[in-house]
Amino acid sequence: AVKRTLCFQVSAALREGQITPTELCQRCLSLIKSTKFLNAYITVTEETALKQAEESEERLRRGQPLGVLDGIPVAVKDNFNTAGIETTCASNMLRGYISPYNATVVQKLLDQGAVLVGKTNLDEFAMGSGSTDGVFGPVRNPWSYSRQYKEKSAPKSHPEDKESKWVITGGSSGGSAAAVSSFTCFAALGSDTGGSTRNPAAHCGVVGLKPTYGLISRHGLIPLVNSMDVPGILTRCVDDAAVVLGLLAGHDPKDSTTIQDEFKPFELPNLPDVSKLSIGIPKEYHAPGLSSEILALWSKAADLFKKAGAKVIEVSLPHTRYSIVCYHVLCTAEVASNMARFDGLEYGHRSDTDKSTESMYAATRREGFNAVVRGRILSGNYFLLKQNYERYFVKAQQVRRLIAHDFSKVFGSGVDVLLTPTTLTDAAPYTEFIKEDNRTRSAQGDILTQAANMAGLPAINVPAALSERGLPVGLQFIGPSFQEKQLLTVAKWFEKQVEFPRIQLEEVKRHDHGVLQHQKSASFS
Amino acid sequence: QAVTVEVLDHLERLALVDFRDSEGVERLQKAIQFADQLHEVNTDGIEPMDSVLEDRCLYLRGDDVTEGNCTKELMKNAREKVEEYFVAPPGIVLLIKI
Repeated sequence: AVKRTLCFQVSAALREGQITPTELCQRCLSLIKSTKFLNAYITVTEETALKQAEESEERLRRGQPLGVLDGIPVAVKDNFNTAGIETTCASNMLRGYISPYNATVVQKLLDQGAVLVGKTNLDEFAMGSGSTDGVFGPVRNPWSYSRQYKEKSAPKSHPEDKESKWVITGGSSGGSAAAVSSFTCFAALGSDTGGSTRNPAAHCGVVGLKPTYGLISRHGLIPLVNSMDVPGILTRCVDDAAVVLGLLAGHDPKDSTTIQDEFKPFELPNLPDVSKLSIGIPKEYHAPGLSSEILALWSKAADLFKKAGAKVIEVSLPHTRYSIVCYHVLCTAEVASNMARFDGLEYGHRSDTDKSTESMYAATRREGFNAVVRGRILSGNYFLLKQNYERYFVKAQQVRRLIAHDFSKVFGSGVDVLLTPTTLTDAAPYTEFIKEDNRTRSAQGDILTQAANMAGLPAINVPAALSERGLPVGLQFIGPSFQEKQLLTVAKWFEKQVEFPRIQLEEVKRHDHGVLQHQKSASFS
Repeated sequence: QAVTVEVLDHLERLALVDFRDSEGVERLQKAIQFADQLHEVNTDGIEPMDSVLEDRCLYLRGDDVTEGNCTKELMKNAREKVEEYFVAPPGIVLLIKI
């Protein structure tokens, strides 16, 4: 039976010689050029990508592919170290910083023969939920330029209005989500600390997987919150996410927070069956600000599961609304610690001030960090002051346990998977989004995704439908720790039910002859 | 509760990040206000949670040298260096005189 994974299908096309890795790479590179206005990429690694593609071609010629990913273009968020390639975290602090090593997950992708086409844009140091606060400018959601969105916009709008109507990708892994969504790569790495992979996945209509904390190595991922960060996987379908997960998961001696249990890569069933499962609907996720559209979609999804024979029950996670507050304290505290390494001495930006060590450090950090980063460092230091430590930091750690306990209680009572919305609304226009500050927007953007990070649980966004405005809306599944196979099986079942529409982008049409979107014919309906 | 000047000075010193404008101070005040919501939760008798993997042992490698000799590589990214030394400005002049 032919598996319908995009990676697998393109992989088969490569193996059968329908297209060569070099041609595929060139298509993606030229599509990146013509979608430059999306600002999804900070660095496009054209030379190295073509070289990798050539090497892949050589292996395929000899009939010795390294694996499913051999010759497949991928992109990596610019907070992962990539040897010999600039890694900026979208910050002036790391402009010009050339990584001396590959992050473990990057190395694993390269060892499989994947072709790295570039480093993607993000909020500075992954702090944000819009991908609007990086020094290289905001990322534009490809759906802003889709036929689906344009058809729903006011027909009489002027060109200038159209220009200002572009919507955000969400964040902080917005560049990766946009890259996958616009077909410039087949899979991308993001990171997820409060929802930074799932949020942009929802807004860009792609699959965004946050694995269980401890499953995938963080070695080489520039840390934000050591106790919550995970590498995230962005793909166009659930099967692809399972493939990439299989290649990345597993113990890494270089990351002592990866569990030592052996990880067995899995294939998802062709015809997933959810009739024996219990799906929990946490009532607290009906949060203030949830759009009526998404509420209706959530309800419709629950009905789908009911009709398929699954047991669908309402559950309670009473501490949900404190998750974002808890995150605010713990995140800023860990950030205060993690950002201390940026002092200008060993790497990164260094101020010209030479009066004293401390004044050089201070000037470097003032010049290198944007206001969001500086704000979080200061808040974090405040919560860690001796007089505040118990009241804020320890208190937050206690609340964290309560949040984690909420989940384990529900999963322990027989619920297999939770179904929730991923975001409160569809993607906002950029001009609207920037009216509020980063902290406010982050609190809104992360509110439904953050708790999974608090508890370290695996969670996935699956694109569900288009909103009234013609923009993607996703739903989220959350599972028990290390139960990715069950989680992805449910996600795949749901994906098959909803048949989320393909984005109709002019630029993609021009560059594709069926392979990028993997259609047999080149015609589009 | 307002953030005092002493606390601000202290924070600037610790963080080595300045925020002497009123916007920065206001931002901090709002952050504290937001965090204060935590006190609505009853956490009597609850153990603080450091890590979701608290029930497991962290992996420790054997104390063997497996890689290294990358001084040149690592020095490449430093702006000011002399031979194999990173160069810092001289002096122990404190940033802010208390």
